[in-house]
Amino acid sequence: MTASDRPVEDGLDRAEDAPESRTARRMRMVDKYGVFAVVVLMMIVLTILAPDIFPTVQNLTNILRQIAMNALLALGLYIVIMTAGIDLSVGSIMALATMLLAMADTSGLIWPLALLVGPLIGIGCGLVNGFGVTVLRLPHPFIMTLGTLFTLRGVTNLVSNGRPVSGVSREVRFLGSGEIPVPFLGEFGSIPVSAVVLLVCYGGVGYFISKVSLGRHIVAVGGNPQAARVSGINVDRVLMITYALSGFFAGLAGLMLAGRTGAGFPNAGIGAELDAIAAVIIGGASFFGGRGTVYGVFAGVLVMGLLRNGLNLLDVSAFWQQTLIGMIVVGAVYVDVLRRKAGSNA
Amino acid sequence: MSDDSMGDARPTPLLEMRGITKRFGAVTALDHVDLLLYPGEVLGIVGDNGAGKSTLMKVLSGLHSASDGELHFDGRRVELHSPKDAQDIGIEMVYQDLSLAGNLPIHENIYLGREPGKKRIGFTIVDHKLSRKMAMEHLDRLHITVKSVDQKVEELSGGQQQAVAIARSTAFDARVVIMDEPTASLAIKEVGKVLDLIKRLRENGTSVILISHRMDDVFFVCDRIMALFHGRNFEESAIRETSRNEVIGWIMGTKGHTEALAHDRL
Ligand SMILES: Nc1ncnc2c1ncn2[C@@H]1O[C@H](COP(=O)(O)OP(=O)(O)OP(=O)(O)O)[C@@H](O)[C@H]1O
Ligand SMILES: [Mg+2]
Repeated sequence: MTASDRPVEDGLDRAEDAPESRTARRMRMVDKYGVFAVVVLMMIVLTILAPDIFPTVQNLTNILRQIAMNALLALGLYIVIMTAGIDLSVGSIMALATMLLAMADTSGLIWPLALLVGPLIGIGCGLVNGFGVTVLRLPHPFIMTLGTLFTLRGVTNLVSNGRPVSGVSREVRFLGSGEIPVPFLGEFGSIPVSAVVLLVCYGGVGYFISKVSLGRHIVAVGGNPQAARVSGINVDRVLMITYALSGFFAGLAGLMLAGRTGAGFPNAGIGAELDAIAAVIIGGASFFGGRGTVYGVFAGVLVMGLLRNGLNLLDVSAFWQQTLIGMIVVGAVYVDVLRRKAGSNA
Repeated sequence: MSDDSMGDARPTPLLEMRGITKRFGAVTALDHVDLLLYPGEVLGIVGDNGAGKSTLMKVLSGLHSASDGELHFDGRRVELHSPKDAQDIGIEMVYQDLSLAGNLPIHENIYLGREPGKKRIGFTIVDHKLSRKMAMEHLDRLHITVKSVDQKVEELSGGQQQAVAIARSTAFDARVVIMDEPTASLAIKEVGKVLDLIKRLRENGTSVILISHRMDDVFFVCDRIMALFHGRNFEESAIRETSRNEVIGWIMGTKGHTEALAHDRL
C-alpha cells in the first residue's frame, strides 16, 4: 500500500482535497502552455499576413540563424534566474570572448585551441561574478554583474584599442556560420550548424536541470536557499557553478557571433543582456527563482525572434519591435503575478 | 582531566556539548552552554523567547559554527562545519521555520541533497521514480498520508509541511533528531501524532531533542529536561523529579517559589 492510496484522514494525515479553483486551474494552463500558444499564434498570423515570404524554408531557417545568439545568452540567464539571481554582464562577456578569440585566432593560435578561447573566457568571467556573489557577499547579484557589465566592456575596448579585429579563420567560424545541406528542403534547404548547437545546449541544460542532482540543487536554491543549506547543499558552490555556466553560454554565444561576423567588435552585444532577460521572462521563468523550463525559455526566444522577423517582413519600423517587446514582457510577468495570486488563494 | 568511566552509573552519553559559546557580533547568544544527550532518550529544552535554544541546536546541526566550545559524538571529538557534516554522523534537525523548498515536490524535499540514483563523476543522475517510491514507503512508515508525493510543498497545509520536514529528518536512520518547536503551529490532533512519532523514534533507539514551549508536550514525551536562561545553562532534571510549575519557574529565571508562579492553577 502506498501513501497516496490510503483513505484520506483528518489531522496530520489530512490531504487537502478541496477541488482546485477554476481560476487556479486556468492560470496553471496559461502558465504552462501560454507562451507556446503565443508562438503558434504568431506563426499563423505571419503566415496569413506574408504568405509568400514567412513560411518559406529560407525564412524559417533564417530565424534560426538570427536567434542563436539570444538563445544562448537566454539559456545562461535561465539558469541564473532559476536561483533568483541575475546576470547583467552576459552581453559584455560575449563581446570580450569574441574579441579575445578573434585576436587569438588571427595571431596564429591553432584553431582547435582558438575554439576554446571563447567558452573559457566566459567561464572565467562567470567565476568572477560568482566570487562577488558568494565570497564578497555583495547584497544582490545585480550589483556584481552590473559591475562586470561595465568592467568587461572596458577591458574589451582596452585590449582592442576600441577597434574591430577581423579575419577569423574558417574553422573557427564553422559553429556560427556553417550550414548542413538538407537536399529535400529544396533550393535554399540547409540547416545552420548554430541550430544544432542550440539543440544540444538546450537538451543538455534541460536534462541537467531536471535529472542531475546539481541541477535540482539549483532549483532548490531558487526555491529556498535556507532549505538547500540545511539539506547539506553547499549553496555557494551551486551559485559559483551557476554563474560559471551563464558565463560559459555567453562565451559560446561569442564564438557563434565571431562565426557569423568573422570579426570581433568592441561594441558587440550592447544591451544583449536585456533581450536575453526578456526572453527568459516571456518564457515563463519566475524572477523569484525556482520556476521555469528550457522549453519555455526557447519559446520566449522564438517569440522575440518571430516578432523581429515578422515586423521586418511587414516593413514595420524597428521602433515598434521595442514597443511590442516591452509590452510582452510586462504581460508575461503579469501572468506570473496572477498565477502566484491564484496559487495562494487555492 | 579524564572524562569517561568516572564510575557514573549512567550509560556513556551519545553526545556531549561543552562550553558552547556563540556570539553574533556584540550579542552573546550562548555563553558556555553544556549539554549531554544519552542514547535513546528524549531531551526537552525549554527557555524563554531568545534564550538561545534554536541557536544551540543550530550549532549542533552544523548550521552555525560555535565561537567557542567543543562537541563530542560517540566518544570522538567532532567539528561540524556544515549541515552536511552533521548529517554524515547522523544528526538531523527539523527547523523552527521548517526550511523546505516550496517549489519542489514532497519527495524531492525529503531527499534533497541526498537524492537516490546513479553516481556519475561526482554527480547523481536522480532516479525520480525511486525517490517517489522511497518517499511513499517512508511516509507510510510514519503514518503520514498525503494526496501525492508529487505535490509541491507550497501547496500543503502547515501541518502537512511539518510532516514533510519530520519525514526528511528521519529518512536516513538518524541517531539524533532535533525538533525545534515542531508542534507550535499544529492543531491538537496533529500534535498527538508528532508526539507519538517521537516516542516511536525513541523505541527505535534514536535520541531526540525537543524544543517546546508547551509543558504538556514536554512532560508527555521527555525523559529529561534542561532549561536555558539568557544563553546560559539554568537548570536540568529528570522529568519525574520535577514538576510543571518548577519548570515554568526555570523558564522565567527563578528556582524555588514554585507555588507563586503556578498560574496554571488559576
Ligand atoms: N543570526 C543571528 N544574528 C544575530 N543574532 C541572532 C541570530 N540568531 C539568533 N540571534 C540572537 O540570539 C539570541 C537567541 O536566539 P534564539 O533564536 O536561539 O532563541 P530561542 O531560544 O530559540 O527563542 P524562541 O523561543 O523565540 O525561538 C537572541 O537574542 C537572538 O536575537
Ligand atoms: Mg527558537
